[in-house]
Amino acid sequence: MLDADFIRSRILEALPGSEVEVRDTTGTGDHFEARVVSPDFAGKMMVQQHKLVYAPLQTWLETGELHALALKTYSPEQWKKLGNR
Amino acid sequence: MTPELKARFDQLTQSHPIVLFMKGNALFPQCGFSARALSLLQPLGEVFTVDVLADPEIRQGIKDYTNWPTIPQIFIRGQFIGGSDILGELAERGELADLVAGKPPA
Repeated sequence: MLDADFIRSRILEALPGSEVEVRDTTGTGDHFEARVVSPDFAGKMMVQQHKLVYAPLQTWLETGELHALALKTYSPEQWKKLGNR
Repeated sequence: MTPELKARFDQLTQSHPIVLFMKGNALFPQCGFSARALSLLQPLGEVFTVDVLADPEIRQGIKDYTNWPTIPQIFIRGQFIGGSDILGELAERGELADLVAGKPPA
């Protein structure tokens, strides 16, 4: 069982300078959603942005400890334009 | 991945402007995520579907080809876009039609 802080820390290590919010969607410690705003996302396709977030969590995704992580990713520019949701 | 299989994916993904690797086909989607992807894409143009359930080599191969773990997988103008979550998010942000039209991401 993981917690939101753990997920958040792994993402922040991989993407320093990001804004990261993580929520346990079911309360069972294996389904989460995250919103990540990172300067590293600028100019990247959404799929590349998601890969950058999944990478530091690969171990837990593979073991199934982390069953699902729903992502919303934005470059700071995109977040400014679309982020009020 | 063998060069032959890679070439097959190169060819498949570039065969049409919108290519969807899905479970089942357009008439009988075999999974809710595949059905959802299809319904998001169909308003944008003709969707060429590949049923991964019909061919184990394709089913595993597409995941290796894109380094993406789940199906469905969507290609637009030969470029890998992602799975149904990303497709839904792009549609919600109003960026999907631009991709089909060949406009680069903002």
